[in-house]
Formats: sequence, structure tokens, C-alpha cells
Amino acid sequence: MRAMTSFRYIGAKRRAKEHPRFVSGRGRFVADIALPGMKHVALVASPHASARIVSIKIEKALAAPGVLYVLTGEEFCANTDSLAIGVDAPKVTRFALAKDVVRYAGEWVAAVVADSRALAEDAAERIEVEYEPLPHVIDPEAALKADAPLVHPAHGSNLLYHRTFVWGPVEEAFANAEHKIAFRAVWGRSATVPIETFGVAAQWDAGTGILDIWASIQMPKFPDQVARALRFPGNAVRVHHDVDVGGSYGVKRGLKHAVLVGYLTKTLGVPVRFIEDRLENLRGGDMQGPDRFFDMQLAFDTDGAIRAMKIRAVDDVGAYAGRSPFQLGKPVTAICGPYAIGAIEYEPTSVMTNKTPQEAVRGFGQSPTNFAIERAIDRVARHLGMDSIEVRKRNFIRKDQFPYTIPSGSTYDSGDYHAVLDKTLAAIDYGSLVRARDEVRRSGRLAGIGIASCLEPSGGNSAFEVLMNPKNENTTWMDSCLVRVDLSGAITGVINNSSAGQGHESLVSTVLGEILERDPETIRVVRADSLTALPSNSPVGSRMAIMLGGAAAGAAKTIKETLTAIAAHNFECSPEDLEYHDGSVNVKGASSKKFSWDQLVEIAHRKFHKLPPGLEPGLQAKFVWEVPTGGALPTPEGRIQIYPCYAFEAHVVLVEIDPDTGKPMIRRYVCGHDCGVMINPDIVHGMTYGGIAHGIGAALYEKFAYTEDGQLASGTFMDYLIPSAMEVPALAIVDHCTPSPLTTFGQKGSGEAGYLGAPAAIANAVNDALDPLGASIDALPISHLAIWSAIGARKGAAST
Amino acid sequence: MSETLHAVSVEVNGRPRSARVPARLSLVDWLREDLFLTGTHVGCEHGICGACSVMLDGQPVRACLMYVVQAHGHRVTTVEGLAKPDGSMSVLQDSFCETHGLQCGYCTPGMLIATQALLNSNPDPTEAQIRDAIGGNLCRCTGYQQIVEAVQLAAERMAKEAK
Amino acid sequence: MLATHGESAKLLAGGQSLVPMMAMRLVRPGWLVDINEIAVLKFVAVEKDVARTGACTRQCVVERDEALAARVPLLRQALKWVGHIQTRNRGTVGGSLAHADPCAELPLVAQVLGARMLLRSAKGARTLEAEKFFSGPMATSARPDECLEEIHWPAWSWRRTGSAFTEISVRHGDFAMVSAAAQVAIDGDGRCVRAAFGVGGAGGTPLAFPKIAARLVGTRLDDAAVSDAAHAAAAETQPGSDLHASAEYRRHLAGVLAARALREARERARSL
Repeated sequence: MRAMTSFRYIGAKRRAKEHPRFVSGRGRFVADIALPGMKHVALVASPHASARIVSIKIEKALAAPGVLYVLTGEEFCANTDSLAIGVDAPKVTRFALAKDVVRYAGEWVAAVVADSRALAEDAAERIEVEYEPLPHVIDPEAALKADAPLVHPAHGSNLLYHRTFVWGPVEEAFANAEHKIAFRAVWGRSATVPIETFGVAAQWDAGTGILDIWASIQMPKFPDQVARALRFPGNAVRVHHDVDVGGSYGVKRGLKHAVLVGYLTKTLGVPVRFIEDRLENLRGGDMQGPDRFFDMQLAFDTDGAIRAMKIRAVDDVGAYAGRSPFQLGKPVTAICGPYAIGAIEYEPTSVMTNKTPQEAVRGFGQSPTNFAIERAIDRVARHLGMDSIEVRKRNFIRKDQFPYTIPSGSTYDSGDYHAVLDKTLAAIDYGSLVRARDEVRRSGRLAGIGIASCLEPSGGNSAFEVLMNPKNENTTWMDSCLVRVDLSGAITGVINNSSAGQGHESLVSTVLGEILERDPETIRVVRADSLTALPSNSPVGSRMAIMLGGAAAGAAKTIKETLTAIAAHNFECSPEDLEYHDGSVNVKGASSKKFSWDQLVEIAHRKFHKLPPGLEPGLQAKFVWEVPTGGALPTPEGRIQIYPCYAFEAHVVLVEIDPDTGKPMIRRYVCGHDCGVMINPDIVHGMTYGGIAHGIGAALYEKFAYTEDGQLASGTFMDYLIPSAMEVPALAIVDHCTPSPLTTFGQKGSGEAGYLGAPAAIANAVNDALDPLGASIDALPISHLAIWSAIGARKGAAST
Repeated sequence: MSETLHAVSVEVNGRPRSARVPARLSLVDWLREDLFLTGTHVGCEHGICGACSVMLDGQPVRACLMYVVQAHGHRVTTVEGLAKPDGSMSVLQDSFCETHGLQCGYCTPGMLIATQALLNSNPDPTEAQIRDAIGGNLCRCTGYQQIVEAVQLAAERMAKEAK
Repeated sequence: MLATHGESAKLLAGGQSLVPMMAMRLVRPGWLVDINEIAVLKFVAVEKDVARTGACTRQCVVERDEALAARVPLLRQALKWVGHIQTRNRGTVGGSLAHADPCAELPLVAQVLGARMLLRSAKGARTLEAEKFFSGPMATSARPDECLEEIHWPAWSWRRTGSAFTEISVRHGDFAMVSAAAQVAIDGDGRCVRAAFGVGGAGGTPLAFPKIAARLVGTRLDDAAVSDAAHAAAAETQPGSDLHASAEYRRHLAGVLAARALREARERARSL
């Protein structure tokens, strides 16, 4: 195992390369892209959850000042193809503009193009759409009933995906276990809701036949999918990755936005930009998140050992599906959490309703699943009268059991769960925390301690695709890096994706500096566009430290080997006789007998006569890396290795509740975190803090709520409640390092950290607080109202 | 119907700017679209997220909730106006870089405006005062932790510089 | 302007509520009259029994005014709950009152203290008590041609006067689910000589309970008396339900918060 101190730059405090441009107001976000002659889009959205479009009258809009064009679904659907759907449901087609019917309130019906956004909005108000309302369904269980209105009648039912996986002797374990519990855990519909909405600008060049796209995008295979929907060859779409993305955490996948704007610029011959406003973003932007309930059953013994677990997960994807049903698939890779549970039954069910479609959310289904599992652990402890810490430790996979293969076929690479939990408890001084809680309780208020431990599967190998769709044989999730050393000897790393705050420029410069032993400050990192890029699957699934870091390291090693080969050729010796040091290459044991960096670069670029035979002139190297452990198809029982690396986190939190109002307040928060070797600790910590805050939102505040008639009730920031600095308390992180044996430096992923365990920890804390009253809440978000209702409307509370 | 235009004169980052604008043009749209000061961002356009914060006569306000015509005769400071006179980063900007007080950078200009205004009136704020000052600025990346640390660091450094 | 255009014209004060509604195209005035640069609408004048504020006085100015805080402390106490520093820097006192959101803080203060609104039109001026001014959710009795010019906040003369404002919102700075304000005066023996309290968010307008408050006069404002008054008040409320709070929850909160505000006001009075 590698000790962190053996690195020169990795793990050291280092300012992010990206920061100076942002703090000076020089970021370049999509709304900052102004193209000459650019036109703007406003949309007409459906007011109905389900309706037939009887007619659309556009004449008044076309006559409005500054209006260039009005596009409806009739024209758009005839000239573009449906967006891809992940699971095998070919009749569930999806276009940016509705044709014939609308399937959710907020669905786009028409697009107006005008000189300014304000004029386009003025004109959009003049479009008259006549609707004939149709029956709708909002509740996923109702949607599964035989007589439910069908969201997509051509599909034949509202069921999009269903399978029952049985891994191991589940029924036997349930028959033999000393105890069983069953309960339902409900995860409310929430999402990542970045502060920047989605936006896209596009320009069709009839001269070159290229569609240029600038978008706030975070999505694998985005250029390919845009091209397919527009019926273009892939090389006619050029997505620019040098657009700063104002937060994403999974959701910025505006495929329909990009196809719409791409079609408009192609049709009109002028650049077109569409930036969602916040109302469009929340309602019709198709970026809501998992909306799920879990029917949990556990079989366990009196000593706390959990023998088997059954999970039925029903997820409401809304009216259309892209990749969102796969959010039921990723949890397969860590289906028993950090626990050695020998038999698992998992029944994922994906349902369509007349709600806004859901998109990928940080963790891709992992956080809801962790919430259900961690609630289950606390319920087991309560059932047995055991300390929940003891139940966790009793069932944790032990350090000496790694690599450890779980029933669903994924092998966990490494970990030390007991050590991290102990460290976390020590950091928060658990004994005093318990005393603090009891002190609050004695004062007549409610208080609870919440603990959650969970895994962050990382490395972004999306093998849930092949697991959930037998027609899909995509088994590679490669990523790449190109490293160039120019004539001046300066190093440039070329990456192939846009970033949304993850610090990829910092990551790559640090890794290149580490391998090439050059100061990362001097290393530039730029982004190829999609026509010049190497293959990439974009920053999803906590993969970039592993995959981009690994690719950058691979390319840098090739540069190092090339430099050594040049030196060996000129010294007429074997490369084994040489050593690389700070960019120069010298003969072992003779440090003065060396070629400097500048000399080697000079030879590579200008002195072909000094190059070893067969070596390309110039100095650059690419490296394309397949995800470690990736590449396989599932077994017939659905066993598969999905993600390669498993980071671990343990959360301990103290929540206080005002018994008269139900108001919860987070008093203490410590998160223990082991993501192996951290390349940049500030960046890892930052994402973890942010993930915790996001998890606090999912636990207590955020919900896309719908009325019975299918209207989004939380369509503004006054009702969709993102926690502010007043709701998020001071947070503390305790680091631990169990390196991954699978990665270049021992790193694991961390982009989803914090968010994966926070909702579970807070829910457990609220339940610990309610426990003395005999009350419990297993549905998120836990609103003030829900807490007050659980406490019971105590008369006379005003006198307390 | 073409919109009536109104003459405005506004001092933006120390520079007098004049324009003829429609009454409904928001201050943030004018700064971004006409003056190309794109550092000020739009997040919600209904006054909740704080991404569009600028200083009006030295006080932080939401630029999405003001029309340009209302800024006539006033001083506006945007994130582009926070740098030192030589163009280098202010102590606060540098402190945000040092503590990793930002990730995607989208809320950052608003955070800088809010916290610079705080430090201007209260050079030694408590953590609670810092949180209160940014309570109207939403950030989705940082969990606010490293932003609070940045302001604390800036306050310390400014106190040292003042000595 | 208002006389000419009537209901199609809207006055724009701080714009912290009206502008978002226009941005969402929920409100579309034909004419928008900006009153922000009218100097005579921006002042704070503290007199013997009354404090006067111009309608377009910024909330931050009122919040920082020490003389005002000494005479009508409830204003500063309430403003701490209003939005955020950025919105208080633009938001105005009169704008908040004229907007008449039943969950907003300043309308509740006006209702509890019995503030008087000076309304002016081209035809002349008139004064309306808060109770008559607030006519329903986001609605006032001001006529379309009238402009709110001044607000007169009664200042109590008892030396031992205490006041308090409290509220519950999901997030800090949001509109309250329920808010409560109270002001009490006690004599040298600690007996209540005057009391006023009310709750916001529990009906179509902010509510004050003068008759229930009158029952506190003569008591020592002990917890039982306070609790009785708060519960009597809560029982009179008819709150609505929304995403964040049911009617029943709101009514419960009205009782809890009214009691808290009264107790806190009492403690302030006792400390004087």
C-alpha cells in the first residue's frame, strides 16, 4: 500500500486552477456566449397534466414584434427522431415539443424565436392552444393498476421496467432467521437543482455543414445523441466543452433543449440560444429526481446479524424516460451497503406517471437506497434493543475480507469500515454527544443522534445498462487524456469534457505534475471539442479522479518513457540504465551524465536524426483507459461487477427539535470519509460539504410536490426550498485513507460524497428524537409539518 | 409597437455609463447583455438565490429585482469592480481561492458581493454574522463551509494589513 | 398617473415582491410608476406619541434607526425576520404594507400596533387604520387612485413597555408559516396596563386580538394568563392550508407563537 507521503504533489494543499477566473467574474458560462445575430427562444408549456392538443394558433405570435419563427411539435417531430431511451421500451418516444398529446403540466408545446427573450415571451403569450383534458395519473401505485390512465398508450402499460433479482438463499434465510421486520421508506421527489439553469446556444454553419453547440452540459455521449436525434452524422455536431457549467451534480443533460435549438438554428440559419428561466427549469426542464418508495424486509438474529434483505423499490420516472430508470440499476453494485449480508432479493420497478420526467441525480439512485438500508439498520437495532452502532459493526464487512464479493456479483475493492466509524465517533466525542442529547431531552425538548454509514461506488462503469436492457451490449466506459509538450517545453493536458465545479483542470495538472515531476502551476489544461476529443464518458458516477486521473497518468507515463527512450538512444544504453528525475534523464549513479528536459524536448521536436528509430517526432501521448474491472456482461441471475471502487462514509449528527413547532435544527455534524488517496483534499472536502448540504435539503426541505390535478406545487425557489447557510450548520470531516488497489494512485471517487449518507443520518436522528414519544417518520423530506404531526398536536403546548 | 426608451446614467465600477433602455430592462440584464459584465449571474429572477447580487451605492441588492431606469444616478459595483486598483485579486477574492470557497463559480460573484459588503461594514464578523450575510445567497456546491472560512480568513488578513 | 390609469397602473416601491411577480408575468400592469426617487416619501420622524415613516423608506433605514427603535421597538424586531440584507436594502416599509401579504412581517406589526396609513390621491388625503386598510390576502382598501404616503406608528408612553416578534418559517428569511407580535406595558407592580398582540399567516390578513388583549390588562401576565390569551386567539383564526403547513398546524403555531411573543414582550417590560 502506498503511503500518502510518497507523493510530491498529490494530496498536498493546492489552490484550484479554475478559481481565479471565477472570483474575478471571468467565468464563461453558456449565458455568457453571445453570437453575432443570435436569436432567443421562449416556450409555450402545457397547463394540463394530460390532454389532447386540439389546435395551436400561431398567427398572432408570428405577427408580434421581433418574431422570427414559431415551431410546433407537428413540424419538429416530423423532422427529428425520438430521444434515446435507456431501457427496452421503444414505444416510449420523446421529443422536445409535444405532438398530439401532452403528458405533464409544463411539457413544451411550442417554441418562439425572436430578437430577444422578452419579445419571444411576449409572442409566446399570443399563441392559442386548445386542449381537451384527458385522465391523468400522479401516484405511482395507482399508475400500476390495471385501470390506470396510460401515459404512453402505445407502450401498453405504465410499467417501464420490472425484474426480481434473487441473489443467494433469501427465502431460506427468512425462514430460519430469529427476527423479521418490514416497513416502507419513502424518498421524496427532489433533485440537484443547480443555481445555473440549463442553457444551450447553437450555430449552424451551412458552409461547413457543422452544428456548433455550447451548452451547460454534463452527459455521456451527448454529441452522439444530439446528432442522432437531428438525423445528422456524428461528425456534423461539434459540442464545445470549454463552457463553464454552473453546477450539475448529474442533472445537466439537456438533450431535448439541444436538439430543439439545433433544429432551430439549422432551420433558420441564425444562431439561437435558449436559457431556461427558473420556472421552466423546475417544471419543464425534465430535471427532477428519483421519486421512490422502498418496501423493506429484513431477516436477522438476536445477536444483530442480518441474514437476508428484500428490497422492493418502486420509482416514479414521470412522463418520459431517458436514462432515469437506470437509477434503479446502479444500486445493484452496492445493494447490501457496507454490510456482509449473504442473501438479497431486489425488485426494481420503474413506473411512468403524468409528472415532469426525472434525470440523473448525484449518486444515481444510491442515496435513496442508502436511506432505505440505513433506516432498516436503525429499525433492526430498535427491534432488538441494541445500540445501532453495534448493529452496524456487527454486520460491517471486515477489513481482512477485502476484496469482498457481494451477492449481486460486484466485488468491493478495499475498505476499513470499523476504523472510519470509530474515528468519526471519536471526532464528535460520541460520549459527550449522547450527554448533550440527553441534556436537551431533560430540558423538555426533543433531540436525537443519527448515524449512517454507506458506500460511494465510484469509477463510473455504467454496466447497469447491460443489466437492465438485454439489447444493450455497451461494456466500455473509457476515458482519455492527451498530453502535449510543446517546443518551449510547456505541458498541456487536453481533456474531453466540460466541468461543473469538480476541478478537473486542477486534477489533471496535479497528476501530470506528479508523474512528470514538473510544477503543476506551469501545466495548462484545455478542453477539446467533441470533434477533436478522444473518447470520454464525461464526469458522471464519481469517476474522474479514477478515470481522468488514470488516463492523465497513463499519458504522462508514456511521455516519460519517450523521454527516457530518447536519452537511451543518445547515450547508446538501455532505458533500464537510466533514471528520470525532475524532467531530466540521467545515467543511474552518474547524475551529471544527463539530458535536461529542454534538451529532450528539443530532440523530440526538431532533431529527427537524434530520435530512436520508429519514434514519432513531436512530443505528445494519448491514453485511453477502460474502467478497471469493467467490460463484462451480467450472468443470467443478474450478477455483475458494475463500479470498480468503493469509498466509504460515516455520518454522525445531532438534531434538536422544538416540540411545540416541530422545527428541526441540526446542532452537530461530523462525516468520516475514506475515498482512498485524495489528489486534492480541499476539492474532496468541498464536494463532501456540498453533498452533505444537498443531503440536508433532501432530508428536510426539498420536494417537487404535485397537486392532485397534476400541477407542480413547488415551481419556484419560494417553494422548492434549497437550504441556505442558515439551515446548513458548521460541518466537519474526518479523513481516512484505504487506498484502492485498482487505481493509479490508490484514489477512489468522491463527487457524490456527503449526499449519499446525509439524508439517512438526518432521518435516523429525527427518528431517534421521536423515539421516546413512540413516533417515527420514514418519508423524506421530513417537513416541519410532518414532525409536528408525528409528535401529535399536543394541546396546551403554548404554555411550555 | 416598439418599446419606449429612457435615458439613464449609471456609474458602474467607477465608470460613468449612459444608455437608452426600455423601462422593463432589468439591471442584471443590462449589465450582462449591454455592458458585457457577465460576472453577475442570473439564477432565479425572483429574488431568492442571490446570484445576481450587486452593490447599489455600496449596499448589496438583487439586480434581478431592479430595473435599469431605477439605477439612474446611482453607483453600481459588480464582481468585476472588486479587484484592487492594479487589477489583482482583492483580499476577499484571494481568500475564496485559498479556502476553496467555490466550486462551479456560479454563485461566487453574488457571494463575493454579499461578503465584501459585510466586511465593509463589519470588519470582524462572527460566524453567525457571516451566515446571516450570505443567508440570501444560495450555493449548491460548497455547503457554505469553505465560504464561511474564506470570509474569516479575509477578515484576519485585512486586520493584519490594517496594522 | 393613478387617477388617469386606475387599476392598470401599479406603484413600484422597493420591488422585492412586485418585480418577481412581473418577471413571472403573474402581474402585468399597463403602467408602472416608480416612486423610489420621491424624496418626500423617504423619512423617519419620531414624535411624542407617534413615529412617522415615509412609505418609500427602505426597510434597512428603519431597521438601523436608533430613535425609532427606542420608541417603536417592534419594527426593528420584526425586520430582523424580513427577507435578507439584499432585499431589506431595497424593500420599503410602505411597499410591504401595500402588498399586504398576510404572512409578511410589517403588516402584522401595523395591525398589532394599530398603525394609521395616510393615503393620498389627486383629490385629497385620508387616513385609514391598519384594521381597515388590510382587506384580504394581498388586498387593501386603498383605492386605485390612492398612494400610500406615510405610516404613523403609535408609540406607547409607558416606561415599562416591552415588545417581541417571532415566527416560524421553513427556511430563515422566507415568508413565515406563522408569525406573532406582541407589545405589553406594565406598571411598577408588574401589572399589565396595556397589551396588544397578533398573528400573521393564520388568515387572509394579519390578525390582531384587541378584545383578548384587553383581558390581560390588570393581570401580572403570568404564563397561565398569557397561554389562555394565546389559545383564545388561536381559536379565532381561520388559516388556510398550503404545501408547507396545514390549517390545523397553522392554528397550533398561532397559539404557540403568540404565547412566546407575549412572554418575551413581558420579560422585556419587566427588565425595564
